Amino acid sequence: MRYVAPFRDRARIREVAARIAAACTRPWRVMEVCGGQTHAIARHAIDALLPAQLELIHGPGCPVCVTPLAVLGAAFELSLRSEVTLCSFGDMLRVPGPRGDLLAARALGADVRVVLSPLDAVEVARRCPERQVVFFAVGFETTAPATAMAVELARRLALDNFTALCAHVRVPPAMELLLAAPDSEISGFLAAGHVCTVEGVEAYPAIAARHHVPIAITGFEPLDILLGLLDVVTQLEAGAATVTNRYPRAVRAEGNPAARAMVERVFAIVDAPWRGLGVVPRGGLALRDEFVRFDALARHALALTPAPEPAACRAAQVLQGRLCPTRCPEFGRACTPETPLGAPMVSSEGACAAYYRYRAAGLSR
Amino acid sequence: MSDPIALSCPVPARRYERIVLAHGGGGRLMRALIDELFARAFASPALCVDHDGAIVELQGRVAVTTDAFTVRPLFFPGGDIGTLAVCGTVNDLAMCGARPRHLAAAFVLEEGLPVATLERIVASMAQAAREAGVTIVTGDTKVVERGKGDGVYITTTGLGTVIGPPIGPARIDAGDVILVSGPVGDHGIAVLSVREGLEFTTTLRSDVAPVAAQVAALLERGVDVRCLRDPTRGGLASALCELASGAGRAFVVREDAIPVRDEVADACELLGLDPLYVACEGRFVAVVARADGERALAVLREVGCGGAAIIGAALEAGASRVILESSVGGERVLDMLSGEQLPRIC
Repeated sequence: MRYVAPFRDRARIREVAARIAAACTRPWRVMEVCGGQTHAIARHAIDALLPAQLELIHGPGCPVCVTPLAVLGAAFELSLRSEVTLCSFGDMLRVPGPRGDLLAARALGADVRVVLSPLDAVEVARRCPERQVVFFAVGFETTAPATAMAVELARRLALDNFTALCAHVRVPPAMELLLAAPDSEISGFLAAGHVCTVEGVEAYPAIAARHHVPIAITGFEPLDILLGLLDVVTQLEAGAATVTNRYPRAVRAEGNPAARAMVERVFAIVDAPWRGLGVVPRGGLALRDEFVRFDALARHALALTPAPEPAACRAAQVLQGRLCPTRCPEFGRACTPETPLGAPMVSSEGACAAYYRYRAAGLSR
Repeated sequence: MSDPIALSCPVPARRYERIVLAHGGGGRLMRALIDELFARAFASPALCVDHDGAIVELQGRVAVTTDAFTVRPLFFPGGDIGTLAVCGTVNDLAMCGARPRHLAAAFVLEEGLPVATLERIVASMAQAAREAGVTIVTGDTKVVERGKGDGVYITTTGLGTVIGPPIGPARIDAGDVILVSGPVGDHGIAVLSVREGLEFTTTLRSDVAPVAAQVAALLERGVDVRCLRDPTRGGLASALCELASGAGRAFVVREDAIPVRDEVADACELLGLDPLYVACEGRFVAVVARADGERALAVLREVGCGGAAIIGAALEAGASRVILESSVGGERVLDMLSGEQLPRIC
């Protein structure tokens, strides 16, 4: 099947947008959880097609943005050690840490390489036995299976020069945390489709029922998002709160059992700090004890050093959906993609980056 | 274009299989490299290898441009650094509304570069120069120690004669039509497809090619061309932003109208890139008077730009920005790229 064009079909999009407008009679605030959805909304100007009463608020689903500052600092420190090669996804390179970003580390002589998969980092370790390869393992349930696979592969190959700096986090507990806030204004969710391709849908009915919010699982094309919004608005108007899967071409109810099993073997669920949200109960993954020799902090005897957040940065409120990026006093002034105060301005899934790139930049000139 | 089997350059008799520091040292070895490789490949009456520079004759107003070329890997589907080094400079001359005439080329070679690799690159340059109708008349060679270069860096400087009246962003007027000469992003994706660690299978080839003949056709047939720009680094979006900024007005372009091949669109979706920011090396943006829009399109199609399209228009003077009408019917700003595009996490 074609995976892009049918989901950008203008006539179909107009039709669904008209149905949303017809269904929506009261003000609702729907949070799209994933930064990929935020970017799709901004890039395709989907919000321009929506009724004024339906407000989209942007969620914390940007793995780059929620990676704690202390972990960014550790990546920077490790990368500067002469024996270390740090392999990272591309997005992480521009995120400012306590001492600068990884591009700055590279300019200082660090061996920092962009990889598309953790398995590529294992390959680097295999080919360069004299290097200590550290994979910067960030991401949600989407990337955790690949990290698990890399760790298992490293164990099978008996590599003693591969470790992972782990900052994997889990999305549903963060959604619960946001809903549990006494002043939560979230009426419904568009859940992150890619997370569900791995984990399936089973976490969501309980959340929908407990907090009485409808949840639609969506993909990342305009039609995916609009169909999800139609589901959520229709349910809100009817007083219903169930879970619908609007991404069936990628998401099965049970997710990807093989990937889930691999994550289960390698990682344990732990309470974990999310940058901007604080400690999320059961919100992260840590290597199980039997894999501790692949833990970069343990191998390199490095402890996480708490670092103060930049005072002017209001990323925490942005990540909780409490502040629209353009209402931040620093947006487009002190904080731009060239001079970011926080991660959401530089990540390819950051809400501030989406607004800056697709909206405000041209207006502020 | 860079197919080694089609190599017409005679293989020079040589002592070394690889470049050594002495190839840039000014002595006999360097002389042999010049005589046996460069002089043969770039042979023309104007070529000067015995002197510090070349003397050429040019009439009228002369356009000058220079550009340095680095690319990794050196060879990619549809071209190599040699093709790029000729086409890049030739196309910059064309963007000045000039007919490219002569090039000077400077090579920074890394010690250890296989001489056969250099031969392939030089053969590609000769071939691209023939296609573009330019002669390479003088040059320079330096060798840097192993580890201090990426194999080859090439700098080319070009001279061209200006064809028509002056063009430039200041000439852009309200209502002018914006065209692009073909599908965008082929070059960037073709190069990425063979980059170490990113390799993926695609039938896509780089669009790298001289566009001088296409530009000359527009100008010589009297199309009122206001401004030209080639969307190299930063892609179409950045080129449009620069033009809008130079013109001091807003542009509006339709996403639906911008030609992008399916292979490019799909690869971009997978890698988290936006095709509008991916480099082209054989395309150009033309802003022409409103009355000439359709004629410009017809001329382009006649001279081989089958994929050319009218993509938008210039608006009244005011805030300079580029507004994109998205394919789903919304409007958003198309901004300059900040830094380079990096593949995303998921």
